[in-house]
Amino acid sequence: MRRESIFTLKNLYRDDLNVYGYHFGKGEKSACIIGAMRGNEVQQMYVCSQLVKALGELEAKGAIVHDNEILVIPSVNHGSMNIGKRFWPGDNTDINRMFPGYDKGETTQRVADGVFQVVQHYNYGIQFTSFYMPGDFVPHVRMMETGYQNASLANLFGMPYVVIRKPRPYDTTTLNYNWQVWNTNAFSVYTSATDTIDEMSAKQAVSSVLRFLTRMGILRYTSHSGFISTVLREDDLMNVKTDVSGIYKRHVNPGDEVFRGEVVASIIDPCEGNVMEQILSPTDGIVFFAHRAPLIMEEALAFRIIRRLHQ
Amino acid sequence: MIKKVASVGLPVDERLNILKNRIQPEVLTGTEKRICVVTGTHGDELEGQYVCCLLNRMIEEHKECLKGIVDIYPALNPLGVDSITRGMPMFDLDMNRIFPGTEEGSPAEYVAYKIIQDIEGADLCIDIHASNIFLREIPQVRMSEQTAESLLPYARNLNIDFVWIHAAATVLESTLAHSLNTRGVPTLVVEMGVGMRITESYCSQLADGIFCVMKQLGIWDGPVAEVKEPIVSRDKEVGFLNAEAPGLFIPCVEHWINVEKDEVIGHIYNPLDGTVLSEVKAPIHGMLFTLREYPMVSVGSLLARVLGGDFR
Repeated sequence: MRRESIFTLKNLYRDDLNVYGYHFGKGEKSACIIGAMRGNEVQQMYVCSQLVKALGELEAKGAIVHDNEILVIPSVNHGSMNIGKRFWPGDNTDINRMFPGYDKGETTQRVADGVFQVVQHYNYGIQFTSFYMPGDFVPHVRMMETGYQNASLANLFGMPYVVIRKPRPYDTTTLNYNWQVWNTNAFSVYTSATDTIDEMSAKQAVSSVLRFLTRMGILRYTSHSGFISTVLREDDLMNVKTDVSGIYKRHVNPGDEVFRGEVVASIIDPCEGNVMEQILSPTDGIVFFAHRAPLIMEEALAFRIIRRLHQ
Repeated sequence: MIKKVASVGLPVDERLNILKNRIQPEVLTGTEKRICVVTGTHGDELEGQYVCCLLNRMIEEHKECLKGIVDIYPALNPLGVDSITRGMPMFDLDMNRIFPGTEEGSPAEYVAYKIIQDIEGADLCIDIHASNIFLREIPQVRMSEQTAESLLPYARNLNIDFVWIHAAATVLESTLAHSLNTRGVPTLVVEMGVGMRITESYCSQLADGIFCVMKQLGIWDGPVAEVKEPIVSRDKEVGFLNAEAPGLFIPCVEHWINVEKDEVIGHIYNPLDGTVLSEVKAPIHGMLFTLREYPMVSVGSLLARVLGGDFR
């Protein structure tokens, strides 16, 4: 294992921001794994830290196949993490909306450029990330439909689901999109948590990456075969929205099977305690996404359900 | 006449309401043209607030001159304006990156959808921005190459100083202006002043310009101010100046002057020991149309933009 600072940003009063990369093996740039790009992505950083530990042990045992180099970057934006902010401390910009970056541009464009210069030539790019809407997901691998995506490769992670997302204009400045445009097979891996540590889904995420690296001939490692992934298009998920606002009580969790007409959540009057709305599942299926916060707005996306799928 | 454009319940005894003021002649013929003036997408940009005040007052003073419909939307992001927040509170994405929105999405995307529905069909929309809290801008209109032909005739009449025509970036496809332009509502994006502040002279200048455009459209038949001819420029003629050291930026020139190439326009200091960390020099000869207002800078922070050439 070799640790190096891949990018440094000088600060005035705070310590300089050093983005560290951990290299395993030598030779062809085979796989790059990147974790927290936002200050609240603690789970994403934790998963990468566990991967650094596992890959270090595997490298010591000679398990990295000859002529393969793996790079892991656990955290890019710990300057925000250390002060409890999700986005950049100064201007509140999101590094994951600044790719491919620009070395003469604004601060986060420079950070994105510094990272992209290092990560862009790998064959496979894996990013642990979080979604712009807070809530809980079924663990899954997500790919952008750029025309370069390869869903059959995403199956090799052995995660329960693979989701293909049609990119919206604001997606074109993410790392995943730019990786694909620059010929890296890019995957975003979503675990069940962001600002808390979920040990079970973290272990599942570490196993899925080790499984993928093994199946791509980068690692010699024996693991469980995982799932034969169900491939979904994001547009096919059924949205369940709220008609009223208030205190939100969720009755089902991501991964649960639900039936048409089943009560999946209740919305309670915040001052009088009465149930104002029972949210019913509009379909049989499996819960893919569920709102988590205890309060909810009207017109909020409470659930996304995989239609007519059974456990 | 105050109307609700969108309304979404917040968790505890409050609604997020997007309001507009519709001002129209006493008697309608059914053929009136409609102009929409929108602002407050970014909650920390306030220059448009005062422009809305001026427009409302100036129209009411001479209501007999009004021949069309004026819709004034002072706060597309009222929670942001109230909480001094640039984005929509509790939502990750910049509100000006989610248009045209969708009925099926999050509350923010739903609100964006309702705003587009409401403006659709208008003859012109003016979307007023005020830079951000970091940079001061001269009164200007920004537009993409693709929309320049249809928008320039209006922009020239808006009494602003500068029209910046830039190459379209993909990400800009999700702005309010792009969504409206592609739906056949010509939409001008105005940038002027600085975030969290009001520059009265700029606001009055733009309000005068809006009356000129209203006259051009046949919405106003009263007297209007004489319009100043704007400088029209394209991307290649603009020099950018970013900080190469973190520290305290103190400019030594005024905003909106001509500078020579390599002329010193300011210094970045280290307040801990008083040393100069960086001498900031103009990248090209031209007019300093953007100047940093917020003094603390990181490496990369934008300090100034210079439009190449002689203009004043």
